[in-house]
Amino acid sequence: MYEAQVKVTLKKTVADPQGLTIKHALESFGFSGIDGVRMGKFITLTLKSKDEAAAKDEAAKMCGKLLANPIIEDYTIEVVKV
Amino acid sequence: MKFGVVVFPGSNCDQDCYDVIKNVLKQDVEFIWHKTTSVDGFDCLIIPGGFSYGDYLRCGAIARFSPIMESVIKFANNGGLVIGICNGFQVLLESGLLPGAMMRNTNLHFICKYVDLKVDTIDTPFSTEYKKGQTIRIPIAHNEGNYYIDDKGLAELKKNDQIVFRYTQNPNGAVDDIAGIVNIERNVLGLMPHPERCSEDTLGGSDGRKIWESIIKWLQKTSIKP
Repeated sequence: MYEAQVKVTLKKTVADPQGLTIKHALESFGFSGIDGVRMGKFITLTLKSKDEAAAKDEAAKMCGKLLANPIIEDYTIEVVKV
Repeated sequence: MKFGVVVFPGSNCDQDCYDVIKNVLKQDVEFIWHKTTSVDGFDCLIIPGGFSYGDYLRCGAIARFSPIMESVIKFANNGGLVIGICNGFQVLLESGLLPGAMMRNTNLHFICKYVDLKVDTIDTPFSTEYKKGQTIRIPIAHNEGNYYIDDKGLAELKKNDQIVFRYTQNPNGAVDDIAGIVNIERNVLGLMPHPERCSEDTLGGSDGRKIWESIIKWLQKTSIKP
């Protein structure tokens, strides 16, 4: 079995109100020197694919169809054997 | 003339829409459960507000793949009138019937209040009964109403006169104060404000009613059968 670890993040060109609010909260605790905070989603998919490449391919199809909205989001996929 | 109100698990404005069409506008209306695959016999489809599928993953992202949506998309592509309100707007964006996407409100609050809107175009089946430039009051109730579209897309919306309603005081960060848009063919409207909540004076306002009256007048004079 393979585990595809999908990170879905807002595109760099899209403002992230949640990330900005987290940044402000961290600064209010005294954490200085934060250049930016961006928030995203982390999704793990346990797949019965035959090999790593097939797992990655399958996960990419899932991202394209449902997991990410290409208008505002980017995604990356890492596959590990489990 | 028959209206259909699409019901997903988690829709919660479906009863309000049904009530307004049936008891205020005195028109024929039926609920359409999301597992249905036919919209035959309907003249206008309403995708109501709520939290379809709990807003999981992204608002409207799961509902967009409900069995009914294939028929809704076909109905819209054949010229049928579709109006998506709030979560319904989000479903229409996810389905690609309308351009753009919804983001969290910039202040991260769920905002539930009356807002002022400017009617930017009356050249749609949904807004003929208003006056161009008129200010109307319709309530909003959402967490993700921060409409996003890239610069190129925004230029297209403007060029084609697709922006129907704009906030006079932007509550959520939406690009260009956008509260409601139509598709380029002008038969699909998505808007964040809830006209079904203000279609009779006893509820504190009736500015939303003209959207329904516009649709009814348009249907009365058209022969399009989607």
